Amino acid sequence: MHPFAYVEPKTVKEAVAALSKYGDKARPLAGGTDLLVQTRAGRFNLDAVVNLKKIPELMSVKLDANGLEVGAAVPCYRVYEDPKVSAAFPGLIDAASLIGGIQIQSRASMGGNLCNSSPSADATCPMIVHNGVAVIAGPKGTRKVAIEEFCTGPGKNALAAGEFVVTLQFPKPSPTFGAAYERFIPRNEMDIAVVGVASSVTLDAAGKTIKNARIALAAVGPIPIYAVAASEWLKGKPANEASIAQAAAMAKAAARPITDMRGTIEQRKHLVEVLARRTLTKAIERARGK
Amino acid sequence: MVATFEPKKTYKVIGTRPIRHDGYDKVTGRALYGADLKLPGQVWGAVLRSPYAHANITRMDTSEAEKYPGVLAVVTAKDMPKAESKMVDLGEGTVNEKHEVDRIMASDKIVFRGQPVAAVAAVDRNTAEEAVKLIRVEYQPLQPVLTVEEAMAKGAPIILPDLVGDDLGEKVKKTNMAKHFRHEFGDVEKGFSQAKHIVERTFKMSMTHQGYIEPHNAVAMWDEDNRLRIWTGTQGAFAVRKQMAGILKLDESRVKVTPMEIGGGFGGKIPVYLEPIAALLSKKCRRPVKLVMERKAVFESTGPAPGGTLRVKVGVDASGKITAAASDMKLEAGGFPGSAVGAAAMCIYSPYNIPNTTIDGWDIVVNKPKSAPYRAPGAPQAHFAMESVIDELCEKGGWDPIDFRLKNSAKEGTRRGDGVKFGSIGNVDVLKAASRSPHWKSVLNKDTTDGKKRGRGIASGYWFNIGLKSAVTLSANNDGTVSLVEGSTDIGGSRASIAMQAAEVLGIPALDVRPTVADTEGVAYNDVTGGSRTTYATGFAAYEAAIKMVEELKARAARIWNQDPSDILFKDGVFSAKKDSELRLNFKELSKKLGETGGPVTVTGSVDLSTGGGAYGAHIVDVEVDTETGKVEILRYTIVQDVGKAIHPSYVEGQMQGGVVQGIGWALNEEYFMTKEGTMANSSFLDYRMPTTLDLPKIETVIVEVFNPGHPFGVRGVGEVPIAPPIAAIGNALHDALGVRLVETPFKPGRIMEALEAQSKAAAVKPKR
Ligand SMILES: Cc1cc2nc3c(=O)[nH]c(=O)nc-3n(C[C@H](O)[C@H](O)[C@H](O)COP(=O)(O)OP(=O)(O)OC[C@H]3O[C@@H](n4cnc5c(N)ncnc54)[C@H](O)[C@@H]3O)c2cc1C
Repeated sequence: MHPFAYVEPKTVKEAVAALSKYGDKARPLAGGTDLLVQTRAGRFNLDAVVNLKKIPELMSVKLDANGLEVGAAVPCYRVYEDPKVSAAFPGLIDAASLIGGIQIQSRASMGGNLCNSSPSADATCPMIVHNGVAVIAGPKGTRKVAIEEFCTGPGKNALAAGEFVVTLQFPKPSPTFGAAYERFIPRNEMDIAVVGVASSVTLDAAGKTIKNARIALAAVGPIPIYAVAASEWLKGKPANEASIAQAAAMAKAAARPITDMRGTIEQRKHLVEVLARRTLTKAIERARGK
Repeated sequence: MVATFEPKKTYKVIGTRPIRHDGYDKVTGRALYGADLKLPGQVWGAVLRSPYAHANITRMDTSEAEKYPGVLAVVTAKDMPKAESKMVDLGEGTVNEKHEVDRIMASDKIVFRGQPVAAVAAVDRNTAEEAVKLIRVEYQPLQPVLTVEEAMAKGAPIILPDLVGDDLGEKVKKTNMAKHFRHEFGDVEKGFSQAKHIVERTFKMSMTHQGYIEPHNAVAMWDEDNRLRIWTGTQGAFAVRKQMAGILKLDESRVKVTPMEIGGGFGGKIPVYLEPIAALLSKKCRRPVKLVMERKAVFESTGPAPGGTLRVKVGVDASGKITAAASDMKLEAGGFPGSAVGAAAMCIYSPYNIPNTTIDGWDIVVNKPKSAPYRAPGAPQAHFAMESVIDELCEKGGWDPIDFRLKNSAKEGTRRGDGVKFGSIGNVDVLKAASRSPHWKSVLNKDTTDGKKRGRGIASGYWFNIGLKSAVTLSANNDGTVSLVEGSTDIGGSRASIAMQAAEVLGIPALDVRPTVADTEGVAYNDVTGGSRTTYATGFAAYEAAIKMVEELKARAARIWNQDPSDILFKDGVFSAKKDSELRLNFKELSKKLGETGGPVTVTGSVDLSTGGGAYGAHIVDVEVDTETGKVEILRYTIVQDVGKAIHPSYVEGQMQGGVVQGIGWALNEEYFMTKEGTMANSSFLDYRMPTTLDLPKIETVIVEVFNPGHPFGVRGVGEVPIAPPIAAIGNALHDALGVRLVETPFKPGRIMEALEAQSKAAAVKPKR
């Protein structure tokens, strides 16, 4: 392993300074469950590792009338163990509670999951369907990027030199909102998604018609895919099996998978349809308060 | 051993479940493994491995690495003693010396990806790892040969130019076929002509890795007096000594090997990998050098179980009797010859009595890691093929799978597929116990509300188990305990099972026998912990030593009491005089008096057992399949196995369950996923999917005890039989659930979906009547 400096900023400003100083030879450290493994495997030759966990904003969870703001380095368990958060943000909870196992969840953050920018990341798609936004700090100040626009390629994202994610913001869902995330893995845990699908819906007051929907696909393209056509099509459609089936078929069409050791193109496309159907069904049930 | 033993009804120690002697150290983290070792002056090494699966090395330049600050030594194949292309015995059958040396460090040609080409020793691990990257190697890449079919195709690239193949006794040059043998009995043509049902199928299997948690490790110190010390996690310290002496051309007595605690081996820790490299580095820098593998290197360059292609044809007459069987097994040896195909041939027909049989076995060289033993080497492959065909025949003839197996069961005197006649074996008992098991008697509810499908499967399996050489020393301590020194590294609780056999004879509690696994100078020769031989053979040696100790202690009691030694009785741990009932001393009391009666008492037992106790298992499994995704859930699993005698039932159950778990992994997800360049794409535990606890039901165990007359307590081997049947059992259960026959491992979700798709396509084109 290449020798590196370990930097521990206490403020956002100090962190920006440290990251700017080392440029692309520095990496922020949240839970380290990706970073340490990848560094040891020789993926990076770092000069500096910048620990973000001593910065208060990155470790706080705020839930108020506007919605939820999660510090980018908050470990998953703090998200799913908060009863209020877990009641309002079911899609996030599905993801936070299935990343790795208990040990991993006590370190791994949703911010790290997003910034690692793997197409198979389990938290990114649920964040998309919860209309998430990343709050980014950098040398030029602060800016916001919608989650579906954050990843730009496998391991690549919208962050410029010296920038990092401070918090993740999610608007408060309406009472008729429901979301779900499911992934397909050959085993039952400790595995990487062959395919993942997150779906969310907002129903009308009667729970019969879909007012808004979002579907996002993991591990079927170079980035997590926001399935726009399928999502838009669902608007105004009845919340029934036929609509779900049609949207699932459209989601399948949006998938651009490859064949590799985890699955084939055919298998993955098929799984998108199956999981889109399952997650839409679950999201509707949840929206109806079931 | 000519002696035969009779079963005894009651034991004091055997059959009980004491805590294990090494338990405290293991749960408190104090047990010392190879990676824990830190000797004074110790430095670190790193190994450079080939990125190609098949290539010629055209140039190598180590000068940059040598100049790197902190580097103490650099070695390449040039530092290895010159090896000739001749057959030598390094303790595991004969091997070509040049192949063995090239496997450790390639001299001119790369035959598998991950093959070492150079190594560095440096002041610390990071320096060594950075320095090794500075070694420049130029390769001329060659077309990799990745399957037995590719290897045997006309015009295939030749992997080992010096390989002389043996085709039924004839020498063949310019070949990738190392060996082709045949076992033939009766008249198969006639046998098949008597058959009413014949099933013939071809099966394909992927390489699988043992997946032990502890990666390979070695520390070596080669001193100025040309003495070599090795500390390593190994299944056999003496096997390491022999390999080291052979590869490095040293007298065996110059090599001292200390076996550290071992975190799993399953056969994979019999060959040496890092030890000779660490030794050469140490020879150059005269410091203890430590090497520890990364998981990627473990997958890419240590020995997995061979994959390959197996064809089996079986005929059954109208009455349900097997009339003939013919099989052809081509297994992947890896980059050098030596797959487990010979053992596969010993197992394939073993559950059955078949009058007419042929077996063709092929050992084929391919550009993959050199295969190594993996728990019942060859048996899972052979039984997968055979038991799948048997299942299909039972379905065709409408026979109950247990009744069919009972009707055709091998018994004492039946001839095995390779010609050996069975002694006392327990297949019938196992099958009967399986039919009485709660699992088999239960009805599998096939109605699911969520569209999932369920099925049940059963399969048999066999492993011959070996005997070989073991030695044990017992010394009496004056507090009434006994020190037991053995040379069998303890992988699965064998300290306990060996100590218990001595304790039974000595009439003392199991924990009063204190076992130690010694280095190669602390105990006489021991064969490896492998072949399920340890509790059987080393336990036998412990029994012999304990008998001698009782005799010696009788003599001591006789001296104290002024009696004739032949007048001393020993029963239930108490010594007494035949002629004076007042004279009694228990083991502990007598132990205190050893100093006054002739000094310390130490005895040895040693055995060389030509055979082990072959044993059978029958496995029953219920599966559930999500037909939308192809995912398989194991709902229930029961393993029934003849163990001879369960010395420590908990560890016997643990072995049975462990074998099943590995078999489930092998069946469902584990594979070497090779790119066309010959790279294993999934060389990490992220993508090499072994089952976790969440993928497994509680595995129910049924211990059957059919006494082995070749052992004082009736022990047979236990650890390997349980991995023989699971692949077939699960394949048969999937067939029951889905109606498709899976002929390629692993039965991963994508493959199940493809099979279901083919099934529905076939149904669609069938003309409707
Ligand atoms: C055993 C195991 C199991 C796993 N299982 C899963 C799983 O089931 N699903 C899944 O999706 N992942 C899984 N992972 C991967 C990993 O745990 C997740 O991606 C996790 O969410 C990463 O979070 P972290 O806080 O540990 O990130 P880190 O490792 O600290 O960081 C990840 C990357 O993001 C960068 N980074 C971190 N924080 C920021 C920030 N605020 N701003 C900018 N860049 C930042 C880092 O430099 C690094 O490149 C697993 C990993 C392991 C070791």
